[in-house]
Amino acid sequence: MAALLVADPGPLATLQDLGRVGYQRFGVTVAGAMDEVALRLANRLAGNEAGEAAIEFTLAGGTYVVEAAACRIAVAGGDFPVSVNGRRVGAYASHTLRRGDRLVIGRAHSGTRGYLAVAGGFDLPKVLGSRSTHVRSALGGVDGQPLKAGSRIPLAAAECFDDPDRWLKPGLWPKGRDFVRVVLGPQDDLFTEEGKATFLSSAYRILPQSDRMGYRFEGPPIRHAADYNIVSDGIAPGSVQVIGSGQPIIMLADRQTTGGYAKIATVISADLPVLAQCRPGNAVRFQAVSVEEAEDLRIAMLEGIDRLERAFYRVGSTVDDTANLLGVNLIDGVFQGHHT
Amino acid sequence: MSDSMQPPAKVATPPRFLPAGDGAVVVEFGSAVDEALSDRVMALDARISGAGIEGVVETVPTYRSLLVTYDPLVIRARQLISRLAELAKGADQAATVGRQWVIPVCYGGDHGEDLEWVAKVHDMTPEDVIALHSGATYRVYMIGFTPGFAYLGGLPEVLHTPRRETPRTLVPAGSVAIGGQQAAVFSVAAPSGWHMLGRTPVRTFDLRRDDPFLIAPGDRIRFSPIAAAEFDVLAARAETGDTVAWHEEAA
Repeated sequence: MAALLVADPGPLATLQDLGRVGYQRFGVTVAGAMDEVALRLANRLAGNEAGEAAIEFTLAGGTYVVEAAACRIAVAGGDFPVSVNGRRVGAYASHTLRRGDRLVIGRAHSGTRGYLAVAGGFDLPKVLGSRSTHVRSALGGVDGQPLKAGSRIPLAAAECFDDPDRWLKPGLWPKGRDFVRVVLGPQDDLFTEEGKATFLSSAYRILPQSDRMGYRFEGPPIRHAADYNIVSDGIAPGSVQVIGSGQPIIMLADRQTTGGYAKIATVISADLPVLAQCRPGNAVRFQAVSVEEAEDLRIAMLEGIDRLERAFYRVGSTVDDTANLLGVNLIDGVFQGHHT
Repeated sequence: MSDSMQPPAKVATPPRFLPAGDGAVVVEFGSAVDEALSDRVMALDARISGAGIEGVVETVPTYRSLLVTYDPLVIRARQLISRLAELAKGADQAATVGRQWVIPVCYGGDHGEDLEWVAKVHDMTPEDVIALHSGATYRVYMIGFTPGFAYLGGLPEVLHTPRRETPRTLVPAGSVAIGGQQAAVFSVAAPSGWHMLGRTPVRTFDLRRDDPFLIAPGDRIRFSPIAAAEFDVLAARAETGDTVAWHEEAA
């Protein structure tokens, strides 16, 4: 069996794709990659469809050994050092590994999450349409659980590829920043004007009790106009719930489908990847945009990934390759929002 | 927020369309747990599913609102809301009556360790609690918390019981429990502060079945008491993928 041996999964590694969409009405959590941009880029670099399931790792990537004739891998996400058989290789690049090759992804210099994609994807069953792992309900991935040392993940493809490996130049890697954009609502009317002003003008620090389900924050309390409890309703990704103490909790990939706290705002989908790369201790500010702007920014994000794919260098091509330069020019401005 | 201060409206007020980022809209009919609101939620849900609006990804019905998720590459919130507003007009009655389920329950003993306590709190016998709990018809307001966990309205008021001060770390799958003014069947093992009256062999969530989800929002449920021996027989059948719950015609 062609497989990737998990020698060491790091602090937390799970299989994730774009999530288990379509079953929230039955209480099924969407899950999926915390950083959708990095997942899509890792897959495109590996030569996959953008939404193929990849290994999402946290703070450190761990060690993997190839148990197949060949395996093309790509790593994207935070700034993780990557090496193959002890030799440093690039992130945001694909590498064709051979049987017995040892891939080590170290501790992140910055950022929190990274993705290890393999060409052809992993040969695991889809559960309710997705391979995303949701640990709390034990669905998807490998037996619904985080990857364990010693387990083997079957590979769907085990051949060599004729086309060259690709890489993205570091200047084009998505960058972190200390603010995210939000659309006010659905329950912003349950907060005082002062409460909303506080939310939009203060820095909130991410607390250690933050995970794939949600980030807890600490900062100036956001005042409710009345009761902070509401009759439960649906929760969109990025929902900013404000609990009784006035502190916000942002609901992320592993959020439950319904909840009973008032939600002052929703982080826009184009900025959820920014949040996914923040760590406990980081301070974040919130900036309001309209629904139309948020929709435009999502479209721009997806178009930006398409343009980045056109800007991939092929190993063996020269750096001043005209097509690549053109691609780079197309990029200018696309990810400008990602710079601090 | 002002709903509770207004007299009951004869003509339903139009829903509010609230933004939830760039991929979801909340259609809010009110702010309470109420059968009439739930009817409107389910009616709009059925109409959306019938209309087949391109770009709508999924809908999540809850007590008093409907979350509609969409793909902004296909449809914008502005267009979506105008379509939803059209569909919501006159959609006050549930278009279709949900299925009515009978769920067998073995009450008390090892199957429901809080039965005696709940009876004591309400100054009645365990048999009274069973008669009241199994005599009511419950409405599935929404499904959430865990896959297949149905929030049921319709618990007789005399059985309304505050939740446990200390939640249990794990309540087994199939637990039939009450908490506050609600009732539920636990689809999977989960932590909970609810009181366990009994257990059903029915698995409301089972991936081995073609349709893993037994119960849908808008369905109705009745509980039917069974003995421990029958529980064991049905549990063995459930183990093979049998639903062991049955439909009945709506009254």
